[in-house]
Amino acid sequence: MNDTDTLAAPPDHKESIAPSASDNGVSEVQSRELSGAQLLIEMLERQGICHIAGVPGGANLPIYDALSGSSIKHVLARHEQGAGFIAQGMARVTGEAQVCFASSGPGATNLVTAVADAMLDSIPLVAITGQVPQAMIGTDAFQEIDTFGLMLPITKHNWLVHSARELMEVIPRAFELALSGRPGPVSIDIPKDVQNELIQVDVLPQPGGRLPDPPVLDAEVDALLARISAAKQPVLMIGGGIVYSGATQELREFAEQLDVPAVQTFMGLGVLPADHRLSLGMLGMHGAPFTNLVLEECDLLVGLGVRFDDRATGKVAAFCPQAEIVHVDIDHSEIGKVFKPVLSITADVGEVLRMAVERLQPATRPQWQSVVQGLKRDHPLQLDGHNDLFRPYGAIKAVASLLDERANVTTDVGQHQMWVAQAYPMVRPRQWISSGGLGTMGFGLPAAIGMALAQPDRKCICFSGDGSLMMNIQEFATAAEHNLDLKVIILNNNHLGLVRQQQTLFYRKNLSAVEFEQRTNFPMAAAAMGVKGVDLSECEDPHDALRQALSEHGPCLINIPISETEMVFPMVAPGGANKDMITGAPA
Amino acid sequence: MTVTDPAILKLTVNNHPGVLSHVAGLFARRAYNLEGVMVRPVPGGPPHLSRMWLLVNEEDRLQQLIRQTEKLVDVISVEQHPMKGSVFESTQQYFT
Ligand SMILES: Cc1ncc(C[n+]2csc(CCOP(=O)(O)OP(=O)(O)O)c2C)c(N)n1
Repeated sequence: MNDTDTLAAPPDHKESIAPSASDNGVSEVQSRELSGAQLLIEMLERQGICHIAGVPGGANLPIYDALSGSSIKHVLARHEQGAGFIAQGMARVTGEAQVCFASSGPGATNLVTAVADAMLDSIPLVAITGQVPQAMIGTDAFQEIDTFGLMLPITKHNWLVHSARELMEVIPRAFELALSGRPGPVSIDIPKDVQNELIQVDVLPQPGGRLPDPPVLDAEVDALLARISAAKQPVLMIGGGIVYSGATQELREFAEQLDVPAVQTFMGLGVLPADHRLSLGMLGMHGAPFTNLVLEECDLLVGLGVRFDDRATGKVAAFCPQAEIVHVDIDHSEIGKVFKPVLSITADVGEVLRMAVERLQPATRPQWQSVVQGLKRDHPLQLDGHNDLFRPYGAIKAVASLLDERANVTTDVGQHQMWVAQAYPMVRPRQWISSGGLGTMGFGLPAAIGMALAQPDRKCICFSGDGSLMMNIQEFATAAEHNLDLKVIILNNNHLGLVRQQQTLFYRKNLSAVEFEQRTNFPMAAAAMGVKGVDLSECEDPHDALRQALSEHGPCLINIPISETEMVFPMVAPGGANKDMITGAPA
Repeated sequence: MTVTDPAILKLTVNNHPGVLSHVAGLFARRAYNLEGVMVRPVPGGPPHLSRMWLLVNEEDRLQQLIRQTEKLVDVISVEQHPMKGSVFESTQQYFT
C-alpha cells in the first residue's frame, strides 16, 4: 500500500500568492485564498525561520507542496529523530525557536525522542506533524497514531488543529509559548484536510515571541543580597537558566563584586570559564573532587537558573549538608520541588542579576576564598593521560588546543560526554550543547548539523562514542549534502563505555552486552555517505593529521581509538552522596 | 474507603478540546493521585470557560501539584476549596 495514494489534488495556488508583508512587518494584504498549508508556511516565514529540518510523507504532503516556493530552506534529514535534533542544534546555539516537520504515524513517533529531549533541557522547539484527515481520526487509518496523546507529556503544550483558521491563532501562540518563561518544546498536529482547507485571509497575525517576564521587586533582590552578605561561606550554583536568559555578563559581575565562588551544572558550562578566579567547575556525579567538597563546607547555596537535577545533587538529603538554600528560577513549579529554600524568587534570573548588580555592596571574602583555594589545591581534578592523543583527556585537549573559542562543541552520551564536560575549556554560553536531561545517544551528529546550519562561520565539533554515533549515523549524508564545517571526533572504545564502567564498578565486573562483536569501520561508513573519514591510528603523524582534518572546511569524521578500560572519574554512585566519590578503578 | 484529608481544587479552564487530557496527563506523568474529576462549561459566564473540580490525595506534594497545574496553558486559575459546598460533597450519593 502506498501512503500517498489518498492524496487529494493540491490546490493550484502558486500564482495567486500576493506578497505577505510589507517592509515594516505590518501585513497589508488584500483578502486572498490560502490553503492551511500555505498559511502555515507564510506564518513560519514571518517568524523568521530560515531552515526547517524534516521528512515528508503522506500526511504532510500539502505542507511540503507549499514549502517548495518558500524562502525557507528545507533540510532533508534521513530520519525524523535526526530532523528533531537538527532543529534542536539550531535552537540551542541561537536561543531562537526552531521548527521540524514529520508526517503522521511513524514520522511522528520517530520525532518523539527529540521532542522529549527538548523538554528536559528546556529547548524552544516547534514540532509540526501531519495527521490523517479529521474524518479518518479514530478509525485506525493508515499511519494514524494519537500524536496529540504521545506529545502531551513531553511538551509545554500541544495542539491538534481543527481548521485552517485555527492555525492563525495556534502558530504565533506556539512560538510565544516555546520562547516564554522557561523555554521548551511545543507540538502541532495538523490533519491533512486542515492543510488542504482553503480559507480567505486578509491580515496575517503578528509573529509570536517571548512575552515579558514577571516584574522583580527591589525588596526581593535586597533580600537575596542580604542573605549572601550574612553568609560566611556562600556558593553560587549556576545553570542553564543563566545561558537561556543571556545573563552571563551579569552573573560574572555579580559573582566578582560579591566575591562568591560558583559551581556550574552540566547545562551551565561556559558561563564562567574554567580558569576564572571564581569558577569551581562542574558539580555532581562527575564533578571535580574539590567542587563537591566545597559544597560540603558552604553555608549558603544560591541556585540561579537551576533545577537541582539528581545528577548534580546526588543524594538529596546529603547535598550541601550545612547550607541554607536560596533559589531563583523562572519556573514557579521548580521552587520547592527538590529543596525547600529559605528564600526564593520566581523570575527571570537575568533580570534579578541585573538589578542585583546595581544594588549590591561589593564585598571580599578572603577567609572563605582561602578555604576554597586550599580545597582546590588539595583535591584537584586529575586529567589522567592528558598528554596522550590516544587517551580520552589527551584527545580532548589536543582538539581544544587546535581550535579557538569560536568553535561550538557538542557531544553524544556516554563517557566521552563526561570527559568533554570535565576537560574541554568552555568559555562562553551556547558554545557547549549536549543532551543533559534525557541523555539521548544519537544527539550529537544531528545537533552538530543544526549548529553548523545556524552558525556556518564557526567550526562545529561533535565528540561522540562508537555506540552513540551509530544511533543517528545516517545524518552524515545530510551533513555532506550541505557541506557543513563539522567534525565528528569519535573516541572509539568499541564498547558502550559508560555502561561498561557501571558494570565494572557496581555489578561485580559482570560485563553484559557492552561489547560490539562486529566492529564498525567508521571512516568507511562516513565515506560511504560523502564525508571524509580519518583514522588517527593509521596516520604517520596523527597530530598533524588531526590539525589538518580540523582546519580544512567540510564535514569530517576523525576516529581515535581508545582503550575500553578507560573510566570517567570521579564518579558518584547513582543515588549516592556527592562527597562519596569514587576516584579510581577497583583492584 | 475513606479518604484522609483529600484536597479539593477548583479550576477555571479554557473550554478547549484537549484540556481534560492535559490535566489528566499531568497527573499521570507526575504520579499524582487523582480521586475525582468533574467538569462542566461555565453557564452564563464568559464563553469558552469550563469549571473543573479535582479531588486529589497528595498532602505532601500539594503545593508542587498546584504549581504544576497552574503551569498548564489552558488552566486559568486554581483555588483550593473545602469539601463543604464542593461538587464532591453533593454528589457522594452517586458513588456508592
Ligand atoms: C538512546 C539511548 N539508549 C541507551 C542509553 C544508555 N546509555 C548511556 S551511555 C551508553 C553507552 C554509550 O556508548 P558510547 O556512545 O560508545 O560512548 P562511551 O560511553 O563509550 O564514551 C548507553 C547505552 C542512552 N543514554 N541513550
